[in-house]
Amino acid sequence: MHSYLPILLAIIVTALIVGAVLGLSALIGPKPEITKEKERPFECGYIPFQEPGKRFPVHYYAVAILFIVFDIEIIFLYPWVASFEAVGKTGFFAAIFFILILTFGLVYEWLRGGLEWH
Amino acid sequence: MLGELILKTIIIVVVVNTVLAFGGFLTWVERKQSAVMQDRIGANRASILGLRLWGLFHILSDGIKMFAKEEFIPRTDHRKLFLVAPFIAWFFALMGFAVIPFSNTLHVAGYELSLQIANPQIGILFAFAMMGMTIYGLVLGGWASNNNYALLGAMRGAAQMISYEIALAAAVVGPLIVYHTLNMQEIVLWQAKLWGGWLPLWGIVVQPLAFFLFITAGAAGTKRVPFDLPEGESEIIGFNLEYSSMRFGAFMFTDFVEKILVSCLAVTVFLGGWQVPFLTENGFVFRGETLLALSPLVIWLIQPAAFFLKVCVVIYVLMLVRWTLPRFRYDQLMHLGWKIMLPLAFANIVITGFVLLVLKA
Repeated sequence: MHSYLPILLAIIVTALIVGAVLGLSALIGPKPEITKEKERPFECGYIPFQEPGKRFPVHYYAVAILFIVFDIEIIFLYPWVASFEAVGKTGFFAAIFFILILTFGLVYEWLRGGLEWH
Repeated sequence: MLGELILKTIIIVVVVNTVLAFGGFLTWVERKQSAVMQDRIGANRASILGLRLWGLFHILSDGIKMFAKEEFIPRTDHRKLFLVAPFIAWFFALMGFAVIPFSNTLHVAGYELSLQIANPQIGILFAFAMMGMTIYGLVLGGWASNNNYALLGAMRGAAQMISYEIALAAAVVGPLIVYHTLNMQEIVLWQAKLWGGWLPLWGIVVQPLAFFLFITAGAAGTKRVPFDLPEGESEIIGFNLEYSSMRFGAFMFTDFVEKILVSCLAVTVFLGGWQVPFLTENGFVFRGETLLALSPLVIWLIQPAAFFLKVCVVIYVLMLVRWTLPRFRYDQLMHLGWKIMLPLAFANIVITGFVLLVLKA
């Protein structure tokens, strides 16, 4: 049997089970009338003075960029790992070189204060 | 072909339902263990006809309560995203189990019987991909809630989970260099080796540092205390603020399912998977002497039991940590992830590769 066919099967079965649980809950739960007060975003009783979706400072932006760089680096390491025997010494030093370049990037970001939280 | 398909479907249903049942059980275990550690009685009120069973019926009553609650949908521009976000989180967390090998392969009457849904060559990458997809559920849920606190919680959660996902994936590279494979079943088979005839060469023996990095990053990736900043149940309020009924339950359940998934991965890569020390295909063998001969079917039944036991041990350790440590501050969290765990993981990769090259030469 092809090794990916069971995954397709698992997708169908899991989606059915999860969908059934969520659908059943939506079906049998009570449905009282929704008032204007109830619809308002929950902020512990305060009336919100700003809707989300407007501009707000995101410090997480730098982290997301770093994440993309390092995630791709690690994805590139996986083929090297699987063929470690075949590529031998050459592959090892190539991988070290690759890791070093990106580590310099991390060190630079670190020294520039990109990893500090204020 | 049809027989195999039916067999696979049965295995899938069994695996998914076992995970869900075990996840439900963990909701009780967590409350009970916190109670024991804090010298309280804990959840013990739910009863059927006066029968309490240490509060085990709380699992049932929680489930019924979730179903019976009103499903509230806030006024939002992203109604469809709001509805689909819990589904995404829960579905992908469950899909991670598609590649976990719960037992060895047994050849019976032309069939290959194995408690593993699929065995692709990229096994472990598939599990990580599915774990990564659950972040979408969290981010979309927080974004679609139309609530400032939910949005901030989702941002916190996304930044934390992607940071620790890197540490998680990097920690596993070390052991994978040793195993030379990404296939889950082959990873487990490699760990059957014995060092000096008595010490099982499990991943934790070969790569102790990687194990601790993996467990820590795993706890952070599944939003457990001390890393529960995306949720912060009581004070800082998280991404699931506007959710109610079973859709909230889906997010809560995703946590437990992911916790089981991380434990399963840790057991597969570092604790020998379904391997039992000295248990070969003929029974228990120690230094060439057969101590106890067993039939293949009995061995095949012992293996999932051993796997389950190891998963329980890992989850127990995670829960001990959860109820012992207080929550990290956000800058401490980022400091630990980027400045300590990531460099350590890279150093581990380089040293492991170097040692293996020297050993081979």
